[in-house]
Amino acid sequence: MVEFEPKIIGFLCNWCSYAGADLAGVSRIQYPSNIRIVRVMCSGRLDPIIPLEVLAKGADGVIVLGCHPGDCHYSEGNLYEERKIKMLKRLLALTSVGSDRLKLEWVSASEGQRFAHVVTQFTEQIRKLGPSPVSGKNPNLKILENLQAAKNAASGFRLRVLVGSERELTEKSNVYNEKIPQEEFDALLDDAVEAEFTQHKLHLLTRDRSLPVKALAEATELKPADVLKQIVSMRRKNMITVDHIEGVTPFYKALEVE
Amino acid sequence: MSETDKPRIGVFVCHCGVNIGSVVNVPKVVEYAKTLPNVVYSEDNLYACSSEGLGKIKEAIKNHQLNRVVVASCTPRTHEPLFRGACEEADLNKYLFHMANIREHCSWVHPKDPKKATEKAKDIIKMAVAKAALLEPQIEPEINVQPSALVIGGGVSGMTAALSLANQEFNVHLVEKDKELGGKLRELYKLYPSDKLSSEILDGYVRSVYSNTNIDVYTLSTVKHIEGFIGNFEVTINREGKEETLKIGTIVVATGADVFKPHGMYCYGENKNVITQLELEKLMSERKLGEPKSVLMIQCVGAREGKEGGRNYCSRICCAIAVKNALQIKEMFPDAEVFILYRDMQTYGKDFEEQYQKARENFVQFIRYDDAEPPDVYARSDGKLSVRVHDILVNDTLELDADLLVLSTPLVQSEEAKELSKLLKVPLGADGFFLEAHVKLRPVDFATDGIFVCGTAHGPKTIGESIAQAYAAASRAGIPMALGQVRTEAITAYVDEGLCTGCGTCVKLCPYNAIRKDDEGIARVNDALCKACGVCAASCPEKAVNMRHFSDAQVIAEATAALGGL
Repeated sequence: MVEFEPKIIGFLCNWCSYAGADLAGVSRIQYPSNIRIVRVMCSGRLDPIIPLEVLAKGADGVIVLGCHPGDCHYSEGNLYEERKIKMLKRLLALTSVGSDRLKLEWVSASEGQRFAHVVTQFTEQIRKLGPSPVSGKNPNLKILENLQAAKNAASGFRLRVLVGSERELTEKSNVYNEKIPQEEFDALLDDAVEAEFTQHKLHLLTRDRSLPVKALAEATELKPADVLKQIVSMRRKNMITVDHIEGVTPFYKALEVE
Repeated sequence: MSETDKPRIGVFVCHCGVNIGSVVNVPKVVEYAKTLPNVVYSEDNLYACSSEGLGKIKEAIKNHQLNRVVVASCTPRTHEPLFRGACEEADLNKYLFHMANIREHCSWVHPKDPKKATEKAKDIIKMAVAKAALLEPQIEPEINVQPSALVIGGGVSGMTAALSLANQEFNVHLVEKDKELGGKLRELYKLYPSDKLSSEILDGYVRSVYSNTNIDVYTLSTVKHIEGFIGNFEVTINREGKEETLKIGTIVVATGADVFKPHGMYCYGENKNVITQLELEKLMSERKLGEPKSVLMIQCVGAREGKEGGRNYCSRICCAIAVKNALQIKEMFPDAEVFILYRDMQTYGKDFEEQYQKARENFVQFIRYDDAEPPDVYARSDGKLSVRVHDILVNDTLELDADLLVLSTPLVQSEEAKELSKLLKVPLGADGFFLEAHVKLRPVDFATDGIFVCGTAHGPKTIGESIAQAYAAASRAGIPMALGQVRTEAITAYVDEGLCTGCGTCVKLCPYNAIRKDDEGIARVNDALCKACGVCAASCPEKAVNMRHFSDAQVIAEATAALGGL
């Protein structure tokens, strides 16, 4: 059997990490050839939906490289990206793709050796994990749908506002001199990620047919009570509605979200 | 033919002599490129960047009506401007060019596996072609530049920059927070290696500044507020409580540095005979040194700490300062003993090594200690200081008496400069000093256009180095003012007004204050201020912000083009 060759997409910031990769080249430092590099101006440019899209299209791993904290060409774009990756890893853990397939590292323009090292390590990590469940000719359709739910969640207002405000909320104090402790914020984010992911999954499941809570609970491997809780919240947001009632069981159907 | 018609992409694959060609099978890659969607022409080139190579690209643009060009060669960080220039000469908007890096990211790093390298090169080109198909022409906005400069800091760097700009016939506003110009030079005694009195040099400088009619000097003044962008800054100066707003074209930051005060280290602050090198200079120039019989200096006090969050940098100038001051003391008090306790002596500059040799010849004693075992200083009951140090070169512990203990402490960034970095929206490095746009290629520019840095605000430097850098910054700051107009990069953010809900997330995240909400609450991007980071686009809760030249669709197209084919 041919050895598994992971497909890895690397997003490198123009100022530090891309230059670090160039330096690895100039220094003729060898590393595995699996990575395909995409240049972006700042690691902070990476919208959370981009890594999700890349994974959905069959990448086995995604690595994002930016400037070391304090060295960002744009002051703090890298720190904002750090928050996005944290949220994405939580989302990925829920999708069964696994958070290990996404990595954020800092590589400076002078760290050719470090670049090669980081890429080699990540390639080995992905090689050990094996092919992504959604790569290749027969992707796992259930997990692919999970990724779609994750993408929808990451496109949604709630997660984007939370992630976009995290540093402001946890690092700077507001006009009342209040600062949200990091643990408190993380717990809040955890809840939000789980709720948003679940809601978008329920939305996808009921897009083409109406389903009762019991069937949805089975499909999502959640308790019926938890599913119902999310459905209540979704009804408030006009994401879902009662399609019809069989006996005493309501069947739910997704509404088109703008 | 319109540039936005159906893409007609030309792919030019460079051999780079043997750099690419000896690893990657270039002819095979060219044949592959021809099979890619929207590619209508492909050829190989021995050196795409040679005038012949560029000529062939221009010819092909004409002959094959290409409206997108991909060059597969080296890194865009060095060669993109060249190829973009060729496209412009062939009347193709330079933003319709894209580069595939198959040298630094491929042939140079995978020479042992030509087969895999060739496959990777194909993928890299496929990705570049996918992005190229979505490229759009961009227009670089042109803006007028006010012929008036602001220099912040009236030390030797700031005065040099101000004089240089004034001599180029630009108006200069020189802002100094203290009552007098001169900065740290006012506290120094004699300068090395010339042995000239600092005051002599300084007087000449200050006179030329005040007598230059192109320079307005603002003392006891600070920068309160900065708005605008290259060519059109609006700077509010606070002069002794009164505020004044200036129209400024370019800005030079020359705020200098502070000297670290080592409170709590080696009895500093507890014993009056423990001082810093700067305090020693002042005592020497005021002739208040007394008659010390034994002077001991300790190097690297609070520098090169090697710990998380510490002052881990080398302050570079302290070794030469200690050598210079040791020689001065020897000259004033030939019988005094002078010891320099060091970790590594680095007298790196022109003529400095000679000073070090001279100090050795004049019996200044150099004792090397290990940073794991720093000297031990204690005050005896008779008021004298005792120093115990393990000399690692002779592997012996020495007990030394000192009438005066001089601590060589590093330059550190001032608190005011930290505030200024926020006002100017320019970064500080990990060591706290101002961070240039590129350490080699743009050493006095900030990433923000129109703002430049020089002197010790950028890191510890000698006076000579500060002056040289000040000339560099002044000449860089003069260019846009001399041209009168500048074109700014077209890679900027733009807002889809129909989607924007005015939540303000982008306004808060933008590191350059480039986004403001208009009267209707819709986010507006100032193109001249936007520097293309894209944090706003990646964070907009409504996905109403996108980037020119790096749109979501373009980035995703490039990133996913090669998937499934690896």
